[in-house]
Amino acid sequence: MKVSYSWLKEYVALATPAELAKQLTLAGLEVESVTAVAPPFSGVVVGEVLESGRHPDAEKLSLCQVSTDGVNRLQIICGASNVRAGLRVAVATVGAQLPGGVTIKRAKLRGLESNGMLCSARELGLGDEHEGIMELPDSLPLNQDLRVALDLDDVTLEVNATPNRGDCMSVFGIARDHAAAQERRYLRAQVAAVAARDTATFSVTLDAPQACPVFASRVIRGVKVGAASPAWLRERLRRVGINSISPIVDVTNYVMMDLGQPMHAYDLGRLNAAIHVRQARAEERITLLDDKEYVLDAGHLVIADASGPIGVAGIMGGRGTAITDATRDVLLEAAHFAPAAIAGRARAMGLFTDAAQRFERGVDPSLPPLAIERATALLLAIVGGEPGPVQVTRAPAAGATQAQGWVSLRSARLAKLLGVSVPDQDVHGVLSAVSDRVEATPGGWRLQQPPHRFDIRIEEDLIEEVARLRGFDSIAESHAVAPQVAGESPESQVSNERLLLAMADRGYREVITYSFVDPAIQQQLFPDTTSLRLANPISAELSDMRVSLWVGLLQACRENLRRQQARVRLFEIGKKFQLTGPQQDGHLLEVESLAGIATGTRWPEQWGGAREPLDFYDVKEDVLDALALTGDVAAVRFEAETLSCLRPGRSARIYRGATAIGWLGELHPQVAKAINLPHTAFLFELEIDVAFRSKPSKYNKISKFPSVRRDLAIVVDESVPLAVLQENVTVSASGLLSELRVFDVYRGPGIETGRKSVALGLILQDSSRTLADVDADAVVTAVVARLRDKLSATIRDQ
Amino acid sequence: MTDPLSAIVEQALADIDSSAGLAALDEVRVRLLGKKGLLTEQLKSVGSLSAAERPAAGQRINDAKTCLQQALEMHRIRLEQAALEKELAKGTIDVTLPGRGQEPGSVHPVTRTRLRIESILKQAGFQVASGPEVEDDFHNFEALNIPQNHPARAMHDTFYFPDGRLLRTHTSPVQIRAMRAQPPPLAVIAPGRVYRIDSDMTHTPMFHQVEGMVVGENVSFANLKAMLHTFVERFFERPLGMRLRPSYFPFTEPSAECDIECVFCDGRGCRVCKHTGWLEILGCGMIHPNVLQAAGIDSEAWQGYAFGMGIDRLAMLRYGVDDLRLFFENDLQFLKQFP
Repeated sequence: MKVSYSWLKEYVALATPAELAKQLTLAGLEVESVTAVAPPFSGVVVGEVLESGRHPDAEKLSLCQVSTDGVNRLQIICGASNVRAGLRVAVATVGAQLPGGVTIKRAKLRGLESNGMLCSARELGLGDEHEGIMELPDSLPLNQDLRVALDLDDVTLEVNATPNRGDCMSVFGIARDHAAAQERRYLRAQVAAVAARDTATFSVTLDAPQACPVFASRVIRGVKVGAASPAWLRERLRRVGINSISPIVDVTNYVMMDLGQPMHAYDLGRLNAAIHVRQARAEERITLLDDKEYVLDAGHLVIADASGPIGVAGIMGGRGTAITDATRDVLLEAAHFAPAAIAGRARAMGLFTDAAQRFERGVDPSLPPLAIERATALLLAIVGGEPGPVQVTRAPAAGATQAQGWVSLRSARLAKLLGVSVPDQDVHGVLSAVSDRVEATPGGWRLQQPPHRFDIRIEEDLIEEVARLRGFDSIAESHAVAPQVAGESPESQVSNERLLLAMADRGYREVITYSFVDPAIQQQLFPDTTSLRLANPISAELSDMRVSLWVGLLQACRENLRRQQARVRLFEIGKKFQLTGPQQDGHLLEVESLAGIATGTRWPEQWGGAREPLDFYDVKEDVLDALALTGDVAAVRFEAETLSCLRPGRSARIYRGATAIGWLGELHPQVAKAINLPHTAFLFELEIDVAFRSKPSKYNKISKFPSVRRDLAIVVDESVPLAVLQENVTVSASGLLSELRVFDVYRGPGIETGRKSVALGLILQDSSRTLADVDADAVVTAVVARLRDKLSATIRDQ
Repeated sequence: MTDPLSAIVEQALADIDSSAGLAALDEVRVRLLGKKGLLTEQLKSVGSLSAAERPAAGQRINDAKTCLQQALEMHRIRLEQAALEKELAKGTIDVTLPGRGQEPGSVHPVTRTRLRIESILKQAGFQVASGPEVEDDFHNFEALNIPQNHPARAMHDTFYFPDGRLLRTHTSPVQIRAMRAQPPPLAVIAPGRVYRIDSDMTHTPMFHQVEGMVVGENVSFANLKAMLHTFVERFFERPLGMRLRPSYFPFTEPSAECDIECVFCDGRGCRVCKHTGWLEILGCGMIHPNVLQAAGIDSEAWQGYAFGMGIDRLAMLRYGVDDLRLFFENDLQFLKQFP
């Protein structure tokens, strides 16, 4: 909330505005800004219009005689329509500096000399009012500098009170906290009572005693309609960010800003019979001051008369009983509504009101009668009228909620939690500034909850008060003595950190995409998968939880291609969200995955090499190299399986042993087209938990004997995958095969259609002896025989 | 009269020096030292001398031979070196041409920041924990002392699912899970994604936090201050002023905001710190007894501190990124700036 420095100073001594801002901030009332209430200007004084007449040569200009000291006479030409003799005005004298770099000079207007300017509020940066010149109160002394006369060197501080500090949502409340912090003084609100001059009261019954235990009211009869709020009141409200509306509304707002008690004023003549404060009935309707109709339910607390609700308690009053220009008699309300009765209600109605903001944080229940007295005094001075007695209606069963409990603080606990010892007299000083009832107990103190503090319930709250009001700076840093417990460095799982580096080192850039994705794209990719949908997404394009990281990766890839990147290699590590049942009550799995996308050329554009497009096998090697970190890459298999978003014949499911761990494939061209991806892309996704389980390596003795290599070009049917060839070679090599390399795959002239030639390099080695040619030849013979028998293979060029 | 041997040596040395290649040099060698070479002939002629003359003459011839052999060898090395240099010169390449191969990839700056935070705190004895991103009301709010309709809920614009589950609005629920999983004492950090309905220069609907929590018998506010101050100095790799300022979080009491001296203006005041000289970087406090109790921990016997910091915010400050949304646009031109 906004608070004026001058206003605050009426309650408590203040340092300079900058220092005050620092003090408040360090006491927990963060000052977000300090703003001058008026821009800099000089040479403007209070003057009086002595005479005003028409300019002989200009219909819209007035020729005025103005005095700034009661003696001199200045001829000033003025264009405002409200200029008139006898008016106190703001006179910018010759030489005055006005906001916006304007300097006032002697000038001739339509042939007549003007020795200064009469200012509007806007010309002085004091508001938007520019319909006429400022009309100053007659009480202001002539020739006084306007900055002094109107206290324009004041500043407005924007104070951000945390949600637990409802007591600091007023000028007095901030002053009270400041007095406790700086002076260790408990500040009490002092309000003079205004004697009743009439006996009228209005019947009030509290039907919801927990929600509304106190309701103070007062009838004021015979108010003057059409009176305007005085300048000081309008200006004070302006400085705390409130627009002037009408004297009665302005006064209720003023009291709220001053003391923190929201108030309401009813047109007594429009009230029907008696007031009841009660829970709303289902489907009750009310039109509030914002001219909107609201349908209520039993959760709303209302102020009602015989005709129905006339206001939603603590949030906003009803239009039907509002003050108008015709109002003669007024009923003032200052009630206490419990936070639980108000919290969340305004938000649910789409409203954000000053009253609700205060009530849901907690308003001092002892304030209502004081607020009524303060408002009465102000109103009588502005609109007159005959006040009745202050009527304080208390709910009979409200005793429990009203009782102020006691909270204890142990000295030892304070020292242990803060980690510093605080002298007893300091603690006592702080507590006595927080509450006016503090008692010493064995080993500590007890304090009665002050009625305005809804955040003091337990011992820790008092510890916070001591730390806060003494200042957190008073607590010296000290390092904890931690137990020496050895940490972990597991080898049972490849760490995500290692995976990040592995992918980055293979030329992939890590991205972070949103966990919620566009359902349209997700459906394109995974038409048969149900996803978890947000009830209140930020937009329709971000409404479904991703079932695969590919959705975000494809979008990131597409955006980069749009930004003229030709070659994109991205990866992400994050969770996908898989429903294992219907959305309602379905079991949800959050599966952490490593996924990637690659598109463009195999290598970055470079000299001395062909520009070849990337293919399946390039990305397969990236995937395998990551999986090799487990030390168990031999257990990884790629099976020709497909997903609807992948191109048939160019996709594989990845297994480790019997467990499916992920997918690799080329994006289906139809999907690419549907999502406007101009190039083909290869995608992979691995479920980290199952894919990257690992165990410490086991050392195998290195053979001291040389290896022998034998190359074979095997011709087999297209349908025979390498995995099958490999299996058969391994079986027939009787343990001597240390490695099998594939160094060529050929189709074309010399090979029958439907067949292919696969060139294999067999690396043979024994751990106990040097292999002779005859041993190697025997292996080759066995391999060839087996491949011929099992796979109808032939040896090329034989 | 010229001594024939001297004449031979003089001529031979000249021949050696003028040999342009290994073949020519070999010819010279054969002419001098071959079976019928000039020097060999000289040696044979020694036999015809008297016994008294023989040793001196033999010695002279042998000296001449040694001299010529050395000259031959030295010239051979010179020729080979020249030949090698010539050969190598043919293979000269342009060393300023670019190299070939894969381009480097990179780790996202937010991840990089997370890993640094983890590393700094792991060295202080924190264990890394994680929790679900789709949470329930209990762990995200109730157990953290934020009951229904609590004004603090307004600070968390929450994404909900139709069944009442929600996307966690902070990493604090992991506090509850960690405390329930493991008896105190414990020191845990929980980094991860969090979600709030918000979108502008400094807010994105998804961002990252690290939660930190220490529970022990005597873990104090003074310890929290010391930990955080060391942390920010290690993170920014420089001495840095830090202050704690009273604030409010339902799950801590006392609660504080942690401000550091502005890293852009060294605390003198600039646009980034709104001329205050301070930057707010995290929230912290002593764990509220209600939270300890919700996690089944006796709040009389144990106490502790907790803090929560925005990883993205720290990354912005560290790398001078002025728009949070850049982290999630994944523009390669942006990502390439973080090797």
